[in-house]
Amino acid sequence: MPEVQKIKLVLEDGTVFEGKSFGYHKSVAGEVVFNTAMTGYPESLTDPSYEGQILVSTYPLIGNYGVPKNDTENGIPKFHESDRIHISGLIISDYSFEYSHWNAENSLREWLIQNKVPGIFGIDTRALTMILREKGSMLGKIEIEGEEIDFVDPNKENLVAKVSVKEKKVYGNGKHKVVLVDTGAKNNILRCLLKRDTTVIRVPWDYDFTQDDYDGIMLSNGPGDPQMCEVTIKHIQKAIEIGKPIFGICLGNQLLGIASGASTYKLKYGHRAHNHPVIKVGTDTCYITSQNHGFAIDNETLGDEWEPFFVNINDKTNEGVKHKTKPFFSTQFHPEASSGPTDTEFLFDELIARIEESK
Amino acid sequence: MKKNVKKVVVLGSGALKIGEAGEFDYSGSQALKALKEEGIETVLINPNIATVQTSEGIADKIYYLPVTPYFVEEVFKKEKPEGILLAFGGQTALNCGTALYQAGTLEKYNVEVLGTPVQAIINTEDREIFANQLRKIDVKTPVSIAVTTVDEAVEASKKIGFPIIVRAAYTLGGMGSGFCHSTEELIERAENAFSYSNQILVEESLKGWKEVEYEVVRDAYNNCITVCNMENFDPLGIHTGESIVVAPSQTLSNAEYHKLRELAIKIIRDIGIVGECNVQYALDPYSEDYRVIEVNARLSRSSALASKATGYPLAFIAAKLGLGYSLHELKNSVTKTTTAFFEPALDYIVCKIPRWDLGKFTGVSKEIGSSMKSVGEIMAIGRNFEEAIQKGLRMVGQGMHGFVGNQPFAQDVKKELEEPTDQRVFAIAQAFEEGASVDEIHELTRIDKWFLEKLKNISDHANLLGKHDALDKLPEEALLDAKKMGFSDFQVARLVLNSKNMEEGLLKVRDFRKANGITPVVKQIDTMAGEFPAQINYLYLTYSGATHDIDYEKDGKSVVVLGSGAYRIGSSVEFDWCSVNALNTINKQENHRSVMINYNPETVSTDYDMCDRLYFDELTQERVLDIIDLETPKGVIVSVGGQIPNNLAMKLHRQQVPILGTSPEDIDRAENRQKFSSLLDDLGVDQPRWSELTSIEDIFTFVDEVGFPVLVRPSYVLSGAAMNVVSNKDELEHFLTLAANVSKEFPVVVSEFIEQAKEIEVDAVANNGEVVGYAISEHVEFAGVHSGDATIVFPPQKLYVETIRRVKRIAREIAKGLNITGPFNMQLLAKDNDIKVIECNLRASRSFPFVSKVLKVNLIDMATRAMLGLPVEKLTKSSFELDYVGIKAPQFSFARLAKADPVLGVDMSSTGEVGCIGDNYYDAILQSMLAVGYRIPEKNILISSGPARSKLELLQSAKMLKERGYNLFATGGTHKFFAENGVETTLLHWPSEKKSPNTVEYIRDKKIDFVINIPKNLSKDELKNGYSIRRDAIDFNIPLITNARLASAFIYSFCKWGQDNISIKHWDEYK
Repeated sequence: MPEVQKIKLVLEDGTVFEGKSFGYHKSVAGEVVFNTAMTGYPESLTDPSYEGQILVSTYPLIGNYGVPKNDTENGIPKFHESDRIHISGLIISDYSFEYSHWNAENSLREWLIQNKVPGIFGIDTRALTMILREKGSMLGKIEIEGEEIDFVDPNKENLVAKVSVKEKKVYGNGKHKVVLVDTGAKNNILRCLLKRDTTVIRVPWDYDFTQDDYDGIMLSNGPGDPQMCEVTIKHIQKAIEIGKPIFGICLGNQLLGIASGASTYKLKYGHRAHNHPVIKVGTDTCYITSQNHGFAIDNETLGDEWEPFFVNINDKTNEGVKHKTKPFFSTQFHPEASSGPTDTEFLFDELIARIEESK
Repeated sequence: MKKNVKKVVVLGSGALKIGEAGEFDYSGSQALKALKEEGIETVLINPNIATVQTSEGIADKIYYLPVTPYFVEEVFKKEKPEGILLAFGGQTALNCGTALYQAGTLEKYNVEVLGTPVQAIINTEDREIFANQLRKIDVKTPVSIAVTTVDEAVEASKKIGFPIIVRAAYTLGGMGSGFCHSTEELIERAENAFSYSNQILVEESLKGWKEVEYEVVRDAYNNCITVCNMENFDPLGIHTGESIVVAPSQTLSNAEYHKLRELAIKIIRDIGIVGECNVQYALDPYSEDYRVIEVNARLSRSSALASKATGYPLAFIAAKLGLGYSLHELKNSVTKTTTAFFEPALDYIVCKIPRWDLGKFTGVSKEIGSSMKSVGEIMAIGRNFEEAIQKGLRMVGQGMHGFVGNQPFAQDVKKELEEPTDQRVFAIAQAFEEGASVDEIHELTRIDKWFLEKLKNISDHANLLGKHDALDKLPEEALLDAKKMGFSDFQVARLVLNSKNMEEGLLKVRDFRKANGITPVVKQIDTMAGEFPAQINYLYLTYSGATHDIDYEKDGKSVVVLGSGAYRIGSSVEFDWCSVNALNTINKQENHRSVMINYNPETVSTDYDMCDRLYFDELTQERVLDIIDLETPKGVIVSVGGQIPNNLAMKLHRQQVPILGTSPEDIDRAENRQKFSSLLDDLGVDQPRWSELTSIEDIFTFVDEVGFPVLVRPSYVLSGAAMNVVSNKDELEHFLTLAANVSKEFPVVVSEFIEQAKEIEVDAVANNGEVVGYAISEHVEFAGVHSGDATIVFPPQKLYVETIRRVKRIAREIAKGLNITGPFNMQLLAKDNDIKVIECNLRASRSFPFVSKVLKVNLIDMATRAMLGLPVEKLTKSSFELDYVGIKAPQFSFARLAKADPVLGVDMSSTGEVGCIGDNYYDAILQSMLAVGYRIPEKNILISSGPARSKLELLQSAKMLKERGYNLFATGGTHKFFAENGVETTLLHWPSEKKSPNTVEYIRDKKIDFVINIPKNLSKDELKNGYSIRRDAIDFNIPLITNARLASAFIYSFCKWGQDNISIKHWDEYK
């Protein structure tokens, strides 16, 4: 084990955790959230939904299988969910300085350093998680000795603008033209669409896609407070008028909900896990889902034409909405997974089916 | 949509055996609990009397009968159940259920199989059908060719190419399986495999691939979850029961993890499981390529481990699913607020390590491979791998202190790494010590480098500690890091202080670190990684943490029960029963809090709802003291968990820990041979002459005095380790060289060995030195067979009244002399009313559950009440008034232990036991013998009757067999002796005679239904011929008895009583 420097995590409520630095050695502030997944740190770290957040991994052993090569396929990184690390900092308990995997090219440490992202290990992440559970997600800062900084609330920023593509980009050459509204899209959404004979037109968050020629719309995941995306919401409202199929994921679910008239609220400590159970409303059919969100739609505020599609079995929060008659549906969880369970990938087939029906 | 069933039969797994152990007590108990909650009447069939599931209050009716189609059908006739559960009693229950289904019995009695349909199970059991089924859904299995003859096997090997693996279908834990590198090896292996199964598989070898398992659950609505995945530390090629296993997987990327998860769900849906199943994969270490290597359509050892590893009660949930519940309707029993439809998120790592006892057998190969030999396992929990594996290596309980800090590894390291034995992990430690690199070790072992790097961290840190020679010179960080990496105070003391007196050394380390604030924290296992609060206290200790998850009241209400650790030969489920019953008694007291410490994942005592707080952690002096510091308990119970807690008594006592019951000083007076002997002398109680000797001359002088045979052993023993009977001077000299290697610290004890003596057991409870309850039982075999291997009769049927009176008197005097409060057990010899005490343990014994259940008086409840200082009513019911007989019979697992000599001696070799109750002696003998796998012979019996005494013993039996039309075959001496005494037998030549008709061919051609082979002398160095007959009988699956007294008892029973006469009665019917 190489020599490591001291580093600490300071929470908004004054709690301090002393740890050891294994990433880029600098101070950084953000919102501290925890994720209970046991695999998939390369995917999580590159997930744009984590923009502005300091991520706590409740699973203590991290770095075991290194970081995969950054090969691309169809213009998309093959093993990463975007082109960079989005988290502001990583908090773990036990770091594996030595990794072992056939597909690894780097250690997590090297990768964090390249991306200038700090990492802390040697922290009681369980105790930290229990604080976040009891008091709710809170602001925090990673501080190195001699570099004090202020707390920053990322939710007050327009994070979506930061992570969205800057200009329209087209992928694939399939039968169905799908507009992917990129509010921070994970690459696996693209991959899932491209597998299904589509041409994906990826557009920036504030782009008015309603003028384009398309067969269906994919509203992506993304970071932060959905209320920040006023422009996107307006475009979605227009798309609802147009009536072609719409499928939303995560932030996309919230945006579709807001566009239909519902309201959203911030969850106490969010859902970030690979093990969240959802039930399809009105059935006995359940799925294990990958989740990563801090905001949710209030089921009570859905318009008459809309109904909950899925709900979370544990806390009964909204996990998706759908229009009672038209081909608009969305999920709060991540059917594209990566990382996490792949049980709900069939929802992409649903989108294609709706597109085919509406043609 | 709950199923409307009112009465359900549950099949247990019978005696513990290699490949089928305590995990099925756990799963069966959970299933029964789930049914009971639904108000369903439960009928349990399980002859394993020492289990928790066969105790009062778990099932409504318990039949201590063999789990075979005949007996289950008899129970159907009587009980008229509507449903049956087959998935909770291991392969035994599953095979029995399959047979009942195929014979049409289930249909005939209109009994519905709850959970997975039988046909689906049958499909998974036949590898060819199953491989085809999986091929249809695009799931890969190893290239495999099913064959029914050896010639076909050779043909198949030409298509696949060596190396290949041979597997027998329908067997427990890979019996008869193995790797072959050449045609010769293949022929040998195939011949053997065909003795277990009429179909074998010749398959591509995936040696060196990763082995990964998933535990999958499905409900009748097609909802699926994977509760846990596990990764084997040892690559494919070593049976998963022989592997170190971690959960969750450590070296799999997200893509790999979820690819295999998705496949597991695809498979469970295709099979149509309702309940739980286990899917095992081989995963290419260089790509995402995989093969499905096995699916168990039932609860398994892995599912028990997964339950304990995650806190998800798989068996309980599976039983509910069988009743028609959907997963989302059921609650997560840890949080009690969230649903059972979820996948546990762990925030720790668990490490399972097998426990082998190969040293107990003569001739057995110590290599580990594709068939299972381990007898138990442990599970260690930590927040990093180093911590978990070091804890685990101590828990296994074979004198190791962790990965490092042990005695140097003496064998050939390179050979050991290439051809692993039960010592492999310590060879890795030695290799690091000798400067080997991770790459070099990886090349030899194919163990993933991630694991090896972690082990190297431990090794490197040990070197760092070794550079310091005083605690105050050691950087505080280095000590803290050591503790985080699972170093015990013992290891630190050895590495830093070079302590000679280890107890003193480790206490010094303890004081030092406590003074420096280095203490462990307590964390909960909550299934949700902290996301939701846990309502139960399922706990472990770790140094990777800053705060405790729970608050300590320090109110002196805690009563700590020390459990029994890994199942091993000599200590298994019976001590779990004792521990659980002690907890039950504590739970009944309003102002007590029950606290359990144990780390065996195959137990009921480690179920988090059995006690108020469960510490799934080490039973070492250090860890128990850590817990005592937090709990500040009323007291600690050390007498219900077998020898491990018993050995801790004095160590805890010296640290002022309050021990409940008999004082540790008195425990020591019984444990210490010298002290105990003088006590007996003072009490005027006789004992076999013995002497503790340090030189060879003294030993010979002593032997001249008492005469051969003598019993030779080291001072402190559990189940007779390193103990042997020697009959002559040569044997004695040979043994002494071995014994000196076994233990240098303790001198050799030699005692006179009394032949033809009856052995008697006393299981008793005393309160303040007064016996308040007792049970006296006798062995069927004469003394010389270890009490754990003996067949035990209770109440005794053949003891003189005078003998019993004397035994009672001795028990009373010893209880008084040692001022016993709590359980105790004594073994005595009786010859012509001459009674000698041979052993006394001031703790519960192996036979406590058996005698408690036959007597219908819970001796552990009595003992626990006594230890808690509660009033105990003296037992007035006389045990001799019972109108029925109980027999406890041993279960051997020789079939799994290639080359081991299946002979009984003073060292214990059985892996489990059954206890059956009958209307008379023969009834009970027959039940118990059938329950441990004997079959009533149809026609042909081979007898080689050994020494003159046993020839005589067997003569009467032989006559009886003749009268009943059996064909008797005999070897030379026996043939001659029987002929002289008017019993005609067919002569079969000894294996070495190479003449026909020969014993070898008769056994191998299965012309013999039953073999009686009595070894010539009491030592294990027996003539090769006898060994060859015994081993062939085992390898060709022919019932074998090696003790003349037991053989006679069995023959009398089936001749005079017979299967049709066996009473089909449940426990409550014996009044």
